[in-house]
Amino acid sequence: MSACRGCTAACGVEFPHVSREPKAVALVGPPNSGKTTLFNRLTGLRQKVANFPGVTVEHHTGVAVLPDGGEIRIIDLPGIYSLSPRSEDEQVAYDVLTGNSTEAPKPEAVLLVLDSTNLARHLMLAAPVLALRIPTLIILNMADDLRSRGGGLDPEALSAELGAPVALISARQGTGIDQVFDFLSGAMPKARPKGLPVLQDVPKCRQWAGYVGNNASYRPPAPPIWTRRLDSVFLHPVLGPVIFGLVVIAVFQTIFTAAAPMMAGIRWMFSVSGNWVAHALPASALRSLLVEGVWGGAGSVIVFLPQVLLLFLFLGILEDSGYLARAALIADRTMAKAGLQGKSFIPLLSAHACAVPAVLATRTIENKRDRIATILIAPFMTCSARLPVYTLVIAAFIPNRPLLGAFLGARAAALLGLYLLGFLAATATARILKSSVLKSGSTAFFLEMPSYRWPTFRSLGLRLLDRAKIFLRRAGTVILLAAVLLWIMAHLPIQNGRMPAIENSLAGTVGRTIEPVIKPLGFNWKIGIGLITSLAARETIIGTLGAIYGMDPESQSMGLQKALQRDLTPSGAVALLIFFAFAMQCISTIAVVRRETGGWKWPILQFTYMGALAYIGALIAAHIPF
Amino acid sequence: MQLSGNRDTQDPRPDLAGLRRGGEAILERICLPEDEARRLMELGFVPGTRITAGLSAPGGNPRVFQVDGSEVALRRETAACLKVRLAEDDPRIA
Repeated sequence: MSACRGCTAACGVEFPHVSREPKAVALVGPPNSGKTTLFNRLTGLRQKVANFPGVTVEHHTGVAVLPDGGEIRIIDLPGIYSLSPRSEDEQVAYDVLTGNSTEAPKPEAVLLVLDSTNLARHLMLAAPVLALRIPTLIILNMADDLRSRGGGLDPEALSAELGAPVALISARQGTGIDQVFDFLSGAMPKARPKGLPVLQDVPKCRQWAGYVGNNASYRPPAPPIWTRRLDSVFLHPVLGPVIFGLVVIAVFQTIFTAAAPMMAGIRWMFSVSGNWVAHALPASALRSLLVEGVWGGAGSVIVFLPQVLLLFLFLGILEDSGYLARAALIADRTMAKAGLQGKSFIPLLSAHACAVPAVLATRTIENKRDRIATILIAPFMTCSARLPVYTLVIAAFIPNRPLLGAFLGARAAALLGLYLLGFLAATATARILKSSVLKSGSTAFFLEMPSYRWPTFRSLGLRLLDRAKIFLRRAGTVILLAAVLLWIMAHLPIQNGRMPAIENSLAGTVGRTIEPVIKPLGFNWKIGIGLITSLAARETIIGTLGAIYGMDPESQSMGLQKALQRDLTPSGAVALLIFFAFAMQCISTIAVVRRETGGWKWPILQFTYMGALAYIGALIAAHIPF
Repeated sequence: MQLSGNRDTQDPRPDLAGLRRGGEAILERICLPEDEARRLMELGFVPGTRITAGLSAPGGNPRVFQVDGSEVALRRETAACLKVRLAEDDPRIA
């Protein structure tokens, strides 16, 4: 082979392909170790979300740029307590670290993130990770907390004890990050641990961790005083539930009021730019498609970006600050009444943003039956795609007057009522499921209470950016496609060289065909077309109705409200709201449920059940005079 | 071995569910199936560890326990499976 060097073409011998892919490094750590904060610190904006195939686990990969300009691919693995593959999270982490994952390459090194304020217990995870004999950097995070609470340790002694380099850092403040970069750009020596315990024996592992910590002169920090003080308020028998309720109400009220000026701004931008396009182009079918179909369709959805982002901002603050775990604790009894548990609360709360991440978030529930039940009821929660529909109908039919002084307006109250309706439908369904097909014995329930921390702008900002991208991509694909398709259907067939009136068009024919079915609900054929397009995604109905009522984007929202007032009775409006509260109109959710439950059985059952409930609910509402 | 394969309600020893706020005890045995027992041990509930009862959700269930430097909430029925020896130096425990 050596004779062939430099003459591949002549000899016909191919040299091994030199990979241009950057080296891969895995980020491993227990939940609440600040792993994600470090990931954000290392990769910043150069990250993306992906899913491991076949399992529920979402994973982030990102690129860290080294001081010398080199790049390292960072794989952020799910938070785990041990490497013995029992839960799906642990299975994924185990597969990636042992090179058995099809999705991620075998990492060349591991960054093991541990909470330095809880070192002895977190060190237990070091034993199985070091036993892999992959180059490992032990990162002791939250050094600022450790120091301020009077704790400390000798990193060099710990490094000698573990046979691997140790870095004491604060990912939040950014101190010590250079040590991580030094490791990533250096030679990355193999870990040489000595005297590891039997990995299957948890008490032995804990004993080993304590011994190692002692030899590194580890001084545990004083108990977190502020966390104890805050807990005595947030977990107060009376104050706790009151604050819980106030937090929920405040979130919804702010979403409704604070987003309004931003939404008006976006609407104005779309109308101005739409007019500009309309004036720049000659009158033609193409102009009509661009202005009404594309521009109107995209604009009617993007208007709701502020509300969606505000909701994710609040969820992010609640989660990052540590309050969400307390909320789950307070909610546990209520969830137990529905046959669920406190851990179902977090997916169900995120379902208020979107059912897709909520279904993915159910992976923290170890009990399979509890998990399926949570997946099945999550789409009942009022997701952000329902918000635009609710907002439109409420604004059209409910006057804006105060109900409880300045704190709660009539419109916000109506919205809150719809959230409550979704929640009640979900819990009732859970009860039915858990007392029949998904009955299970009680299992151990535990919930770790992290210390309270200030959320950082960096991680909140990155999270919002992530969600904004996903939302806009949806608006740019599914919803835009539906808008364009609808526009085409509304302008065909061409009669005598002219476009047809809307009721004679293809769309109109479809709408009038299903009219007999929806007439009892108080809906006419125009709303029927909206219901059909909303099967793709709920918010599509707005663009559809906007197009059907033949309004130009300029006065779209105001015009739509007036048109709805003309076409719907108050009872019909309530029926429409109830239909949207119950029906499973979302292709993305159906797809994710199919993947997570491993087949079509559950999503078909779910779609049918929710559809039937929506029809019956709307039918009843349509016959009650309001 | 400190764990057994099934829930043991016959064990006459006191359990964590009987601990009031501020009460302390030493964990002796986890009477839960092995998978669940392991999970609890990974969270710090290793036999021989000192546990302090903390705050709870309204109605006292679930309750937060301080164990091995962290705080973990358990439901009453789970806490009832964790058999303990009450800390003698603590007069608050009945």
